[in-house]
Amino acid sequence: MFTGLLFLAVIIGSIVFHIWTPWWWTDIASNWSAMDDTIILSFWIGGGVFILVCLFMVYCIFRYQYKEGRRSEYKPEDKKLEKGLTWLTTIGVVALLAPGLVVWNNYIRVPDNAIQVEVMAWQWGWKYRLPGQDGKLGASNNRIISDDNPYGLNIDDPNGKDDVFVESNELHLLKDRPVKILLRSIDVLHNFYVPQFRSKMDAVPGTITYYWFEPNKNGEYEVLCAEYCGVAHYAMRGKVVVEDEESYNKWLLEQETFSSFTAKNRNNKLNKKKFVKINNLSSNKNSILKEQDVR
Amino acid sequence: MSDELNINKKRKNQIKTKSSAASGRGETDIDYVRPAELPEQDLYHGHSFITKWIFCQDAKVIGVQYTLTAVFTGVVGLILSWMMRMQLGFPDLFPFLTAETYYQMVTMHGMIMVVYLLTALFLGGFGNYLIPLMVGARDMVFPYVNMISFWMFFVAVVVLMASFFVPGGPTGSGWTLYPPQAILEGTPGSGYGILLMLISLSLFVIGFTMGGLNYVITILQARTRGMSLMRMPLTIWGIFTATVLALLAFPALLVSSIMMTLDKVLETSFFMPTIIKAGEALSYDGGSPILFQHLFWFFGHPEVYIVALPAFGIVSDLISVHSRKNIFGYRMMVWAIVGIGALSFFVWAHHMYVSGMSPWFGFFFATTTLIIAVPTALKVYNWILTLWRGNIRINTVMLFCLGFIVTFVNGGITGIFLGNVAVDVPLSDTYFVIAHFHMVMGIAPLMVIFGAIYHWFPLVTGRLMDEKLGKWHFWVTFLGAYSIYFPMHYLGFIGVPRRYFEMYDSPYMTSAVGMNEFISVAAFIVGAAQFIFFYNLVKSLRLGKPAGKNPWKANSLEWLTPDVPPTHGNWGEKLPVVHRWAYDYGVPGAKEDYIPQTTAPSEVKDAEVEKT
Repeated sequence: MFTGLLFLAVIIGSIVFHIWTPWWWTDIASNWSAMDDTIILSFWIGGGVFILVCLFMVYCIFRYQYKEGRRSEYKPEDKKLEKGLTWLTTIGVVALLAPGLVVWNNYIRVPDNAIQVEVMAWQWGWKYRLPGQDGKLGASNNRIISDDNPYGLNIDDPNGKDDVFVESNELHLLKDRPVKILLRSIDVLHNFYVPQFRSKMDAVPGTITYYWFEPNKNGEYEVLCAEYCGVAHYAMRGKVVVEDEESYNKWLLEQETFSSFTAKNRNNKLNKKKFVKINNLSSNKNSILKEQDVR
Repeated sequence: MSDELNINKKRKNQIKTKSSAASGRGETDIDYVRPAELPEQDLYHGHSFITKWIFCQDAKVIGVQYTLTAVFTGVVGLILSWMMRMQLGFPDLFPFLTAETYYQMVTMHGMIMVVYLLTALFLGGFGNYLIPLMVGARDMVFPYVNMISFWMFFVAVVVLMASFFVPGGPTGSGWTLYPPQAILEGTPGSGYGILLMLISLSLFVIGFTMGGLNYVITILQARTRGMSLMRMPLTIWGIFTATVLALLAFPALLVSSIMMTLDKVLETSFFMPTIIKAGEALSYDGGSPILFQHLFWFFGHPEVYIVALPAFGIVSDLISVHSRKNIFGYRMMVWAIVGIGALSFFVWAHHMYVSGMSPWFGFFFATTTLIIAVPTALKVYNWILTLWRGNIRINTVMLFCLGFIVTFVNGGITGIFLGNVAVDVPLSDTYFVIAHFHMVMGIAPLMVIFGAIYHWFPLVTGRLMDEKLGKWHFWVTFLGAYSIYFPMHYLGFIGVPRRYFEMYDSPYMTSAVGMNEFISVAAFIVGAAQFIFFYNLVKSLRLGKPAGKNPWKANSLEWLTPDVPPTHGNWGEKLPVVHRWAYDYGVPGAKEDYIPQTTAPSEVKDAEVEKT
């Protein structure tokens, strides 16, 4: 009696918790509402099975509790029942799988008008690269990354010249325009994840991965790294700002392009060289002085 | 040796004359069982304390050794989980918990629980103890190899535990050990810690292979007369199939461990691409991190079933015995176990939907993964249909079985969420995953382990465990664990990522703080409740009610040994002869409500038996 009631309480408690939970997903801010729908469908079918199975179990506990002298039914097999259950389950599984595959098919096919955005992950932070006027990202290679070439761009590739560097954790995106996120990593696995966009994919060093979404709500969103990447994994946050064209263009203009970066860098370098020279001289002088002191 | 062989030969002759006499009369002997074709092998009997209890060749002692070692690692894993929950529930309270130690605890907890507790306990522990007894053998076919198997495992555990004490501490790379981070600075324990982990895993695989060969061959070769495959208890079917899986899957782990060791020590590039650290390229080039993931999950997914299948088998037997009813749909249960086992080799990449592998794999692996749901669901139906019209004893063993059904169905259904590739995209790497696999692969198998220990403790020790303490243990564990993991799914919906040392102040995550505190408190209570169990074990060992023979009125062979607890060689002079399957409960016309497997048809003439 007591046992059956407690199990019943667990089932009812689960349902009640599910209905009145204050913990639920964030308001969606991308086109992937189909993912939410598939989850809801899974809840209906899966939850239904869970409730039915458990209620049947509770019924058995109440109805068939041990009585001295009673015999249980002896019926090793029931072909008809087993067949029926097999078909019913198969139908349920197909009903879950089919919509899931359709959504996945959309997920891996990027629309033609998507803007490409390169997300470059490192231990532990994010930076970004956008194609310039030509809409194309220049070819890249992690091997040639250096202070002069922080994204490892192929200098001979004309597509790369006007690429926009966003060397900060913050990325701006246009509202209602699909984005193809191209993921790169220079060290270990990372994952560019904004819960409100629902979508995610690992960044894998040595290869470029992708996914796409269409942000459809203005606002600021937190980026989380969703693939364990070492001791500061939990602190690897970034920011995405979704905005209208006007403010987006303003932000875009403030960013540096590859060519302006190289030019600036060259100047810096010249200055730096002078600085280093002076520095070396002075330190040499110091050491000479010291040596004299010792003598 | 010679005595037993002579007895055996004599018996064989008797049988021969008996059967020929029967056929001579033109009648069929209803008790006829085909004679054994080979003489029995004799066993090495230990003489000293060391050969009897330490370097022992008796599978039963080895089983207990495996169990105790595995439970010890489990307690370590439990303490680690407490410390993790301290950090997650009350982040500022424990300044000694740094991010480094947190990640080390996460890693060690995961690896210990999956490999060193669950795998070792189900196959090494229950497998060793039960296989020879349940198939009617005197011991494993290779007792000496079996002994080495345990000691390999023991060394693997020592190496694993040693990593707590080396400079840099144990590895903190997550139990999946994904390169490149696992062997790079930036991950705690990327020096000695990861090396010891890889060595320990390799030793484990070597040790397991020796044990595993024993389990498979014993089941195939050493069954007693009349024990056909389709008469074996489902426990044996579960352990058998799981062992086959393990023998095929563990090599992938061994290979990846060896390659990663080489990447670490010799700076080869199996899994290591070009990596830029502090502005400089490391010497690695051209390796594939995703290759490791494929190898790891080619082991890792069957591993789930290596744990689950023995649990399926054992729980089938427990439910059948304690509801006094034959298991419903035995043949379907067997084929479901075998089918799930086979399919489990075609689903591994569902752990990698968002890993950056070819996205076209998603279609294939989602389909195979959901197909596996069909035989699994059928097993669930058959368990509850076994309860139906049964005569259910509500004792501690049955409570744990019922707890298993609830947690397994719950975790199985969230598995369908995650296996369905498009649903996995938002949920992967969040707390939904943590909740799912703890429910289905942590709590559910643990329910079976506890149920099995309460069930077979009288066989191992000759004494019953305390029922009252057992029920307390069950209710606190079940209700507590359920209230840890059921709400945890909803953290995943919010989007809280796993393996976060601290949540900080993300606006949508602040609502998780209260729940994290609640979960932590529940975890402390559930952990503490396990000490009721340990107390019960120790107390019952000395003061428990004497169980006598076959206290549960079960049919399977392990309860039918001449001595309780069974002695070395199990069966005294004569091996048992099997006449029926293990599930003749409540047979109409029979005097008792159970007919043990050794009962000859002539002894229960009126019983209207359907399946034999």
